[in-house]
Amino acid sequence: MTKVLVVDDSNSIRDMVSFTLKSAGYETAEAKDGQDGLNKAKSAAFDLVISDVNMPNMDGIALCQELRKLPSFKFTPILMLTTESSGDMKMRGKAAGATGWLVKPFNPEKLLATIKRVVR
Amino acid sequence: MLAEEVPVEGEHSLEGIDFITSGEQYLAFLLGEEQYAIDILCVEEIRSWENPTQIPNSPNYIKGAINMRGIIVPIVDLRMKFNIGKATYTEITVVIVLTVETTDKTRTIGFVVDAVSDVLNVDKSEIKPAPAFGGCVPQNYLEGLVNSGDNVVTILNVKALQAVEPHQLS
Amino acid sequence: MSVDLSQFIPSFLEESFEGLELMESSLLNLEQGDDETINSIFRAAHSIKGGAGTFGFNNVTEFTHLVETLLDEMRDGRRSIEQNDVEILLESVDCMRLLIEAIRDETQCDSNKIAETSVLLEKTLASGNSNTSSDNPEENSANPSVINPEDALSKWHITFIPEHHLVQTGNDPLFLFNALADLGDLTLVANCKELPALNDIDAEELYISWQLTLTSKANETEVREVFEWVEDECQLIITQEETVADVVDEQPEETEIPANEPAIIEQVANKSEEQISSAISTDKNSSASAAEKTGTKAKNDLGSIRVGVDKVDSLINLVGELVITQSMLSELGNDFDLSKVEKLNSGLEELLQNTKELQESVMRIRMLPISFAFNRFPRLVHDLSKKTGKEIELILKGEQTELDKTVMEQIGDPLVHLVRNAVDHGIEPAEARIAAGKSQKGTIILNAYHQGGSIVIEINDDGGGINRQAVFDKALEKGIVDENTTLTDTQVFDLIFEPGFSTAKELSDISGRGVGMDVVKKNIQSLGGRIQVESETGVGSTFRVNLPLTLAILDGQLVRVGSEIYIIPLITIVESLQPQKDLINRVSGDMVLYRLREDNVPVIPIYSLFNIASEFEDVESSLLVVVEDDGQKIGLMVDDLLAQQQVVIKSLNDNYQQVEGISGATILGDGSVAMILDIAGIISMAHKKSEMHQKHKRDLQYKATQQISEGANL
Repeated sequence: MTKVLVVDDSNSIRDMVSFTLKSAGYETAEAKDGQDGLNKAKSAAFDLVISDVNMPNMDGIALCQELRKLPSFKFTPILMLTTESSGDMKMRGKAAGATGWLVKPFNPEKLLATIKRVVR
Repeated sequence: MLAEEVPVEGEHSLEGIDFITSGEQYLAFLLGEEQYAIDILCVEEIRSWENPTQIPNSPNYIKGAINMRGIIVPIVDLRMKFNIGKATYTEITVVIVLTVETTDKTRTIGFVVDAVSDVLNVDKSEIKPAPAFGGCVPQNYLEGLVNSGDNVVTILNVKALQAVEPHQLS
Repeated sequence: MSVDLSQFIPSFLEESFEGLELMESSLLNLEQGDDETINSIFRAAHSIKGGAGTFGFNNVTEFTHLVETLLDEMRDGRRSIEQNDVEILLESVDCMRLLIEAIRDETQCDSNKIAETSVLLEKTLASGNSNTSSDNPEENSANPSVINPEDALSKWHITFIPEHHLVQTGNDPLFLFNALADLGDLTLVANCKELPALNDIDAEELYISWQLTLTSKANETEVREVFEWVEDECQLIITQEETVADVVDEQPEETEIPANEPAIIEQVANKSEEQISSAISTDKNSSASAAEKTGTKAKNDLGSIRVGVDKVDSLINLVGELVITQSMLSELGNDFDLSKVEKLNSGLEELLQNTKELQESVMRIRMLPISFAFNRFPRLVHDLSKKTGKEIELILKGEQTELDKTVMEQIGDPLVHLVRNAVDHGIEPAEARIAAGKSQKGTIILNAYHQGGSIVIEINDDGGGINRQAVFDKALEKGIVDENTTLTDTQVFDLIFEPGFSTAKELSDISGRGVGMDVVKKNIQSLGGRIQVESETGVGSTFRVNLPLTLAILDGQLVRVGSEIYIIPLITIVESLQPQKDLINRVSGDMVLYRLREDNVPVIPIYSLFNIASEFEDVESSLLVVVEDDGQKIGLMVDDLLAQQQVVIKSLNDNYQQVEGISGATILGDGSVAMILDIAGIISMAHKKSEMHQKHKRDLQYKATQQISEGANL
């Protein structure tokens, strides 16, 4: 079972991403900010991390950097959920070690199709 | 169903009545010797008469309020309100409970009548305008007249019925 | 497979309202250089925009984008925080609220206001820095999705040469190929030429490249998109196998994306203009009815309650105890004999306890802190302060005081009116305050606290107080009193609750709009509460609202008058007694007073007020139930005292109307309906009756004297 960690400070976005993933057969865990996400990551193994960028208590970029420091997350795909698709965002994400990005507003079908690039 | 055949044990619903589905259906009832009818879709229940609890300082035709499945329902005696016949309370006296929706409110009110008589199927075209004068019932309550066999049935406007006049202090 | 996310819309709406509240209160308190706050405001707007986009609420997305952009500049330090901008942002929050409410209520919203504010936002953004304008076009080209015009199968040849460290990014070619394979039929050939000897292989490096062939209906953009995350870390060559359409396709490919940009921008610009102009014309009509509809829908919408986990846990525990008691009683019943009676009694005691605690616990679930009602006031006072040019400080106290959700929903409007009143008529203009030796800044205090079984809400202002004379004069004018009427201060102030009463010379825009104090009083009374006012000239006024903590249940004393059973709220009863003949006094004709220790308590015959038959019509034979309301004691004459019991209050308003002297009805154990007495109402009825009686007597006297004098002239 592929496990996905969903990190977003917005309850409704988190619920929706989780719901979408679950309905496609993925197992999910949720975190409400970067710090929460990091804590959860330290205590379990995940096949994929989907994280928002703008969050209190550690934003997505910082979370990505921290995750890459953990041996178990060195190669784990980390996707940033962002409304900005500017080159600037791409650069910041990559610099932090992100695998890719998903643009908000997110479309459930698109989400499911896109994550196929990094998980089963 | 004719008036004499209506069983009055407690409450009963309108099952067992043959519905033809063209036009509109009206529930016909008696006030004194006269036949009246109302849109059947508003009829929530038909109950036998039970003594309601009085509401202080209410007009005489408002007999009080009863408990209908936890809801407080005011009871209006139409015979007294329209001054038709004698307001007596016997085994066949019946209360027709109507639930009427208006733009701002939904009201459930019970109306005391002498008996329930029939369900009429009436096409809109059969409804003739009510006469502008005479009769005990004020104009605004009348929707029209319809012929049923040998009888003339007066159709009442449910929205007008449910409008409650402001409480008067005697 | 399509995933239906519409079930998340209500929670998104709720979250958005919370976010807007946060934005508003943060904006009101925003200081220069306060990074954390500006960031949280930004995040709130950002979340709303994101969610709105997911559900396709484009008007919200578009508008919020402007707000977000402005906030982004502020948080980045590219723009300093000016008061003017804060005002615009506050307006924007109002607009966003209107938009979200429109979605919730499924109506149109006032697009005039939205359009105006949009223009204001755009102007503000334009007058600032120039880096910001690039955002827009990028956003729109995010989803170019140029569809392959022919829907025909194409064969794509893809050369994929990843850089060695590709996997460090978390990307894995295997999965990329899986994603590609989703688009059609994929075959591939791996090129392992670069693979070093086994000993030299670094497990974290990638040495392989591939040649792939994809037969698919997809177009090049879609194929390329699969690799979008690794674009910069690889060499990617995509060619299409020759088909007729090829020659035409090949050329525009390179220029396609940039060319779309200006087209899209133009479209968006035109669209918004259109939207604005068409919306302005159609909305004038719909906004009126829409406003009505929102009003009713919002009222009928029962909504949901957020309940603290602790309350739920307590409930679960209590139900657990109930279950235990039930099974204990059940077991007792299995093999019952008289020796077990004591156990049965104690079991029933337990049951009573359990039920009581469960009831209290459930009631508490509907209780919410009054902060929900109070939190609109900082903004309100801020706006009113600006509008009237008066400097006013608002202090909120007792915000954690809890009350029933429904009561809170209905007390909001009356409170708003009272606060508006305090700003408009209470607090004097700055010059007047200074002249009176007060500080220029006026203070309004909103305070809530529990008292007995009620919640008390006080609205206090340190303004000029109510002008007793002006009120009296107005009442005189309206014929409510005559010159000879002597009233206590409290009674004079109570006059302001009479219908049609407004002493403001010009009905001010803020509070004199026909929604008078009488409506406020009526609303409060319909909740089972009451309102009083205290005032001191030059010092200020305090409006005190008393509301029952719960609407639904009442401890009542059943009494009988004639053949009718009434219920008197236990909380109002001082004592019940059999009157002693020598303590009964008759005063000024028909008023009966009972001497209860030091008080002279007026006796009110219920049968007379309600025009019903009574068993006893004289005080000596009846029983007296002394009740208190608002500091005033009265004695209710009844035929008999029956049981005391807890009753569930049902409104008469639903199907009937408000009846004077009756606060509601209930259903007794035998299924019959009983009326619950409204003590305040009864007192007022008794006053009116006696006044009418007095007037009638005076009229008779006058007529008699007239006749006599006429007779004398003959």
